This record gives sequence, C-alpha cells and structure tokens, in this order.
Amino acid sequence: MPIKILVTAKRVEDPESKIRVKPDGSGIVTEGVNYKMNPFDEIAVEEALRLREKHGGEVLVASIGGDRSMTEIRAALAMGADRGVLVKHEGALDPVVVSAILAKVFEQEKPDLVLLGKQSIDDDQNQVGQYLAERLGLAQATFASKTESLESESEQKKQPGLLLSSDGKRIGVVREVDGGVETLDLSLPAVVTTDLRLNKPRFASLPGIMKAKKKEVRELPAASLGVDLAPRVVVRRLEEPPRRKGGVKVADVEELWKKLHDEAKVV
Amino acid sequence: MANVLIVAEQGGGHLRKATFHAIAAGREVARRTGGKLHLALLGKGIGPLAQELAACGAEVHAADAEVLEHYLAEAHAPVVAGIAKACDATFVGAAATAQGKDLLPRVAAKLGAGMATEVVAFGGDGANVTFRRPMWAGNVLAEVEIASQVKVFTVRATEFGVAAREGGGSVTAVPVAIDAAGLRTRFVEFREVKSARPELTEARVVVSGGRGTKGDFKPVEALADELGAAVGASRAAVDAGWVPNDWQVGQTGKVVAPELYVAAGISGAIQHLAGMKGSKVIVAVNKDADAPIFQIADYGLVADLFQALPALQAKVKANK
Repeated sequence: MPIKILVTAKRVEDPESKIRVKPDGSGIVTEGVNYKMNPFDEIAVEEALRLREKHGGEVLVASIGGDRSMTEIRAALAMGADRGVLVKHEGALDPVVVSAILAKVFEQEKPDLVLLGKQSIDDDQNQVGQYLAERLGLAQATFASKTESLESESEQKKQPGLLLSSDGKRIGVVREVDGGVETLDLSLPAVVTTDLRLNKPRFASLPGIMKAKKKEVRELPAASLGVDLAPRVVVRRLEEPPRRKGGVKVADVEELWKKLHDEAKVV
Repeated sequence: MANVLIVAEQGGGHLRKATFHAIAAGREVARRTGGKLHLALLGKGIGPLAQELAACGAEVHAADAEVLEHYLAEAHAPVVAGIAKACDATFVGAAATAQGKDLLPRVAAKLGAGMATEVVAFGGDGANVTFRRPMWAGNVLAEVEIASQVKVFTVRATEFGVAAREGGGSVTAVPVAIDAAGLRTRFVEFREVKSARPELTEARVVVSGGRGTKGDFKPVEALADELGAAVGASRAAVDAGWVPNDWQVGQTGKVVAPELYVAAGISGAIQHLAGMKGSKVIVAVNKDADAPIFQIADYGLVADLFQALPALQAKVKANK
C-alpha cells in the first residue's frame, strides 16, 4: 500500500565544527561554523525513502527556519524526497513552537506517517516528535532502530527498518530502550522518531542533485499558520562547561597500576 | 509555593535506581519553591513498590491498572497529567531514562507546558526556578527559563545524589479510566539483554571498548569483571553489531560519571566524550598516540589493548 510520509530536515551546526560560546554568553560563535542537515533527520529521510521504494507513495520534506534552510530541503530532495515545504521563521524556536508549526503542516498535507530525528544535535531537546504526537492525538514510537546491524545484508539492500502492514493501516517499530529492544505496533497516522542505528543514509547522486533543483518547494511564513510563535523554553545564558585538565601519559601497565592505586586511589 | 511531581519508573518488579536520583532533584526543586513533593507510580500490581516509594517521605499517587502493565506513552501520559493537575504541580519531572525521555514531552504537551530535557542543575527560587542543561553535545551549558505556568523537565541522574529514605510518606490510589481498546499503540514485545554486571549509569567503574577491539570484547569484559565494573562501548562498536545498543556511552547513548572510566581502543569522538567526561578518573588505552581521547584522559597509555588490558587485569587480581 502506498504511504505518504512527512519528514523533517533541520539545519544545524556541523557536529565536527568547534562550538564556542560568545564571551557575553548570548549565543554561540557562528563565524567559521559549517551547517548541515541534522544527522538524525538524515536517517529519517533515508527511512522515508526506503518505505516509498518498497511500498510506493510520496515523501514530503519540511524544514523550519530562515532562507538558508532551503539548503537542507534541497539536500533531502537530492537524496530522493519528492517535494518540500519551507516554513520561514527567523527567530528562536523551541519544541512547543516547532510542534505547533508541524501540526499545521500535518493538517494541510495529511500524511500517513511523520518521521523525525529523535533530537536535533544543537539543542538536544528530544521533544518535538512526542509533543507533536500528543498535539495530534496520534501514537508515537521514539528511538526507532532495528535489530540487524548496519553491516548486515538487509542494510546493504536498503531494507526499511519500519514494518508497514499489508493493508497499510499499521506500522511496526523496533525501539532502542534501556536494557534491551522493544517492539511496538502503531495504527496510522503515527509519529516515529529515528535513532542512530535505524539505517545508514545514502549520499545524494549527481543526477539526484540536478533533479532536486526542479522539485517543488512551497514556502510559507510561519506567521501565516496562526500559531503562537513565542517560545516557552527561553535560553537566558550560555557558558562553556569547565574543561578537564590534561593528564599524563604512562609508560606501561606497571606505572598505570601505581597511579590508579596509589595516586588516584580508584582501584 | 509551587508543588513538584516526580514520575517514578518501575520494571521487572523493582523501582529503577534512576528514580531515586530524580526524587533528590525533586526535593531540591521543592526546597527552592517552598512547595510539596509528590510522586507518581504507574503500572500493574505495583502495591509493594508504591509502599517502598512512600519511604521517601512524599505522597505517592499510585495508578494500578491492567492497561498500564506495559509502559506506553499514549496510556501513561494522560494518567500522569491527571495526577499533576490533582496535586497542583507546577513542576513535573523524571529521570532522563529512555522512558522519561519518551514520556515527559507528551505529558508536557498535555499540560501545555514547556520542557527542559536532561537538566544537570537548578537555579533561582520561588516562581523563578531556572534549569541548566547541556546543548551541542555538552559543549555548551545553557541556563533556561520555562515561560509556561507548568514546567516539565527530565534530569541527568548522575548529576544528583540518591534520595534518602526519610519515612513518613503515604500512598493514594489513582483511578485509571484509559480504554485499552481505544489506544493506537500496541505493545508487542520487549527483548531484554540481561546482565549480571552493574548498570552502566550506576557503576563505580566502567570499562569501555571501541573500534580498536576489532569486535573482540573479551579483554574489555574480563578486565571489567575483575574490577566488578560495567561494560560500555563506543558508537562504532555498537553500529558494527559487536555489542548491544544498550552499552553505548555518548551524546545520544548513556551518560555516565563513574569514579573510573577506562576507554580501550576508543579514539575519543566529541559525541563519545559527551557521555563520559564527567567521570572522576579517565584512563585511555590506545595504539594511536594522537587519538583525541588522550587530551581528556588523566592517565594515557599508548599500547595495544590486547596486551595492556590483560596485564592490568592481572595486576588487579594480584593485589586483591
């Protein structure tokens, strides 16, 4: 059964970039910082593409931000997503506002499944998917993963980790939880957030990048959606955590043992 | 005079240790606001656990029902929200476990509340309690305010002590009106990875292995067992399918702060450091002298872990 999927692609600082706090604590230093799609959203886009490849349907990618977030939408389109939605908003966002905006997009597009990264690596809040599910009265499954490893044959074959039922009405999700692995069955439409080991996202091909330029992207101002855009979680100040002092190199296990036993007294 | 509700977690017939760290955090918030501390416990057949929780000196709101037997956010969230309203809670918190992270945002949405995830410290008092939390993989600490009337949070258990049993609490039964047939989520199964070792986030000593083990965790596990330690892993080791996902230490895995953390064959990516840089003493064993892990290790040994770990294990054994 074909499935329509709404997937998110947030623009975030490249995890390899050095993140420094401005001296006055008002924000992070953005000069010299690279940006890319939130790695967890990349996994969500990949999962959406695999589901469409297996069952047919449509993948719609949404991003919320300034003009530059278009880059992340095009990146998802280059991977293979069909269409994009850019909700323009320049100010601060928090999960309450983001989920309110996505709920409006959901109402407009009526997808069968919403796929998001479990958290964005800038604020690490890990809330939007859950908050959105509650707003919409839908089932949620967070930290979606799979039992086969990323080196397995099924991963090489780009099998989806999420299991759509043959009637297209339910989806099975394997989740990474404390102490093991849990399986849930959700009725659609539903919200699923992705964890690290759900899949290895594909690289966009050159033909994919070229096709992406022609795919439709709808732009709309956040203010036009009629949601309250005032963040409830307000960052007042940032600071860098205390640095660990560098240590020493030991010559051998004998010396290491002495240090741990006599000096640090931890063994 | 704002009340605080902490949501406890139970499984396999016992209360999770992380809950007692969350209760300590809840007590601190209650001290800052001058309000009362309440606890919520959900499940099936949880009577004895509710009594055990009551020993923490708070009023325990126990929701005991068939429909709550297996944890499901969809069923748990409305019950917790109901309890929060009944005890007039301005603050609703839990430990940042997999369950806490899955559940509390849904509770927040039900209460129209903003939420701070993985709080490491509180500030302020009265109506103006603030939350300190890590951002950008722990490279930044943010002081945040929550502007909604109700404020929801999860805490990083390792940053708070364990609540002492003070006695003097009570248990109140909460009626549960969730219709199981109306739920859109169905629990299918839970495949537990059992271990005789201490829990990773609670262990005094953690020995972790990474890519350098090339899939052979025996030296890591043998050293851990000699030390009575928990075993952790880098993302690379888990991605490769060498060890269970539950062993991953890092930004999006487990955050640990043991007395001693031994990183063997782990290069020290930022995301891994985010999960262990709060450890008291860090030892790094790696063949590569330039591995970033050496920059934060108290003691660094450039060596082959297949030689060094058994040698260290022998030393530990000989000195017992």
